[in-house]
Amino acid sequence: MHMLKIDNLHARVEGKEILKGLSLAVKPGEVHAIMGPNGAGKSTLGNVLAGRDGYEVTEGSVTFDGRDLLALEPEERAAVGIFLAFQYPVEIPGVNNTYFLRAALNAQRKFRGEAELDSMRFLKLVREKLKVMQISDELLHRAVNEGFSGGEKKRNEIFQMAVLEPKLAILDETDSGLDIDALKQVAEGVNALRSPDRSFVIVTHYQRLLDYIEPDFVHVLAGGRIVESGDKNLALKLEEQGYAWLADTHPELRKADLAGAPA
Amino acid sequence: MSNAPSPFVRAALDAAATLPSTGIAWLDAARAENLEAFAATGLPEGRNEAWKYTPLRALSQRGFALADHATAVAAVIDPSLYALPGVEGGRVVFVDGAFRADLSSLDADGVELAPLSGALSTHPEPLRFALANRYRRAAADAFAHLNAALATDGLVLRIPDGVALAKPLHIVHVSSGIQGDSAWHVRVLVEIGKDASAEIVEHFVSAGAATQLGTLVSDVVAREGARLGLVVVQDASVATTLVRRSHVRLDERAEVTLHALELGGALVRHEVNAELVGDGARFDSRGVFALSGRQHADTQLEIRHNARNTASDALWRGIADGRSRGVFRGAIVVSEGADGTDASLSNKNLLLSGQAEIDTKPELEIYADEVKAAHGATIGQLDERSLFYLRSRGIPLVQARSLLTLAFCRAVLESLPNEALREHLGELLVAHLPTSLAAE
Repeated sequence: MHMLKIDNLHARVEGKEILKGLSLAVKPGEVHAIMGPNGAGKSTLGNVLAGRDGYEVTEGSVTFDGRDLLALEPEERAAVGIFLAFQYPVEIPGVNNTYFLRAALNAQRKFRGEAELDSMRFLKLVREKLKVMQISDELLHRAVNEGFSGGEKKRNEIFQMAVLEPKLAILDETDSGLDIDALKQVAEGVNALRSPDRSFVIVTHYQRLLDYIEPDFVHVLAGGRIVESGDKNLALKLEEQGYAWLADTHPELRKADLAGAPA
Repeated sequence: MSNAPSPFVRAALDAAATLPSTGIAWLDAARAENLEAFAATGLPEGRNEAWKYTPLRALSQRGFALADHATAVAAVIDPSLYALPGVEGGRVVFVDGAFRADLSSLDADGVELAPLSGALSTHPEPLRFALANRYRRAAADAFAHLNAALATDGLVLRIPDGVALAKPLHIVHVSSGIQGDSAWHVRVLVEIGKDASAEIVEHFVSAGAATQLGTLVSDVVAREGARLGLVVVQDASVATTLVRRSHVRLDERAEVTLHALELGGALVRHEVNAELVGDGARFDSRGVFALSGRQHADTQLEIRHNARNTASDALWRGIADGRSRGVFRGAIVVSEGADGTDASLSNKNLLLSGQAEIDTKPELEIYADEVKAAHGATIGQLDERSLFYLRSRGIPLVQARSLLTLAFCRAVLESLPNEALREHLGELLVAHLPTSLAAE
């Protein structure tokens, strides 16, 4: 049984077709890495799955735990278990980080018909999760992401994921802009959350993150579709050879689709 | 243009005719003069710059009788209507403009506190300057004239030199909700003595939604070294038309901080004129209006720096939803010779609906040399990226909007030192934020 099934997905942004027939199936507990050149549609995929405005699905379907994901509002997608770790987490002055997280968790629980957590039980949960992410208490008392460094913002994303305990986490270039220590911390946080019923889709531009989070599958997204799939060795091949070789097996891909090889 | 008085003016003249003589010759004369001045001009019209964004055409077609005193005094009012956490000191309650001794507690220690009607019947002479001479000289506007002509009650408060009021004083204006198409007019005189200090909360509530007009004219004097924290909580029913005008004079080293929350009312105008006449005086103001439906709120802030080394910091926020309209004018005037002035004004606004409107006008007039002054105004919408971020974590759209909107206002409340009151006002603000907005 698949947790996530994307079938022939076409999506437009500002009138331009970015996803052109993307298909992907993810089973519970699996970690899928999605790599690809710039402009391939990697971030579009995450945004479409999370339900961002302005991303128009023109064809295809996405089912999540057997339900039509595309029919749900963003907050409903969160409540059924989708989590998007943003590439650029937003700073929200005036909204306290802890308050925000509790409101989010309780809104999800309410949607699922579960009892809301009072502040005592919530704080207990937060303390447990803080340990995992090595985040200081002090960040919790600040406004959401306000004045956070790049690394703090990304760790805060993973911390939120730890508290919200989604079924499917989509990491949108979470590794971008991180130094090696921050990268390791993020990877440790993710690994701590791996479980037989939680899946990950890790969108990344670099193979580096996959040294720390070992994927079950690696896919190449180019020209708006998954054009190649394999195991972790595919990531190593991409790291060595770039994307140009894909033109041999996929003559329909234009040169521009394969530009922007990983550094 | 016809010269026939509008229904509004006719009703005011009829109302004045029902008022008995005060028994004080100069007061009767002042009332008559003010009534005459009001009748001569009527309500301000569109070409009057100060009222450009607050048209009164509809109001001028309506007539208001004076609220009946006996009814106001007998109206049953539940005190929980105006209970405010953190505000548990002396209390003065007016119902439909009538002083309610039974609901008030005037026993604030060492403070002179009396209803205007009482003060006039015992010692009218000290009030003569404020109530009579003032309007003969100053170019008052129509509502000030109307108030002076028709106000029969109000408040006289004096904090003697050096006295620190221990608990906040609560001044409550209740609309009984049982006197439709009526008007009340209240006059307030406050003096904070040398080095005295006080916190005053002015509070407007309604027990029911009766169409009512209220006018309030306040004169506040902060003597040398005085400190005053003034909080205005306007939570009247949406059937209320409310016109308030406050003049605040700050002597040497006096410090006054105003926090204003405009939540209710159908048509609300609030004029604040602060005059820093003593060296080293400071006037800070923070305010927010949160409007929805067809509400209209107009804040006119004017801060005059007339002395050396004076400071003012104004931070105002506005939120307009539905078909509401918010107006803000913030003027800083630095007079000649007011060197060392440090003034700043910020006004930010959020439009939550395509049908709402906000007009903001920051003004800066500087006639002195060594001056630090900054001002700015913006009008915007909720940040879509922030909204999506909150929703992607499971927070429903309506709640996400409320959260962001409250965050937008937080700067206004955060500087309020009374913690219990601050928290309560935050909740009150949340309760007034839009809940009916559906996703676009």
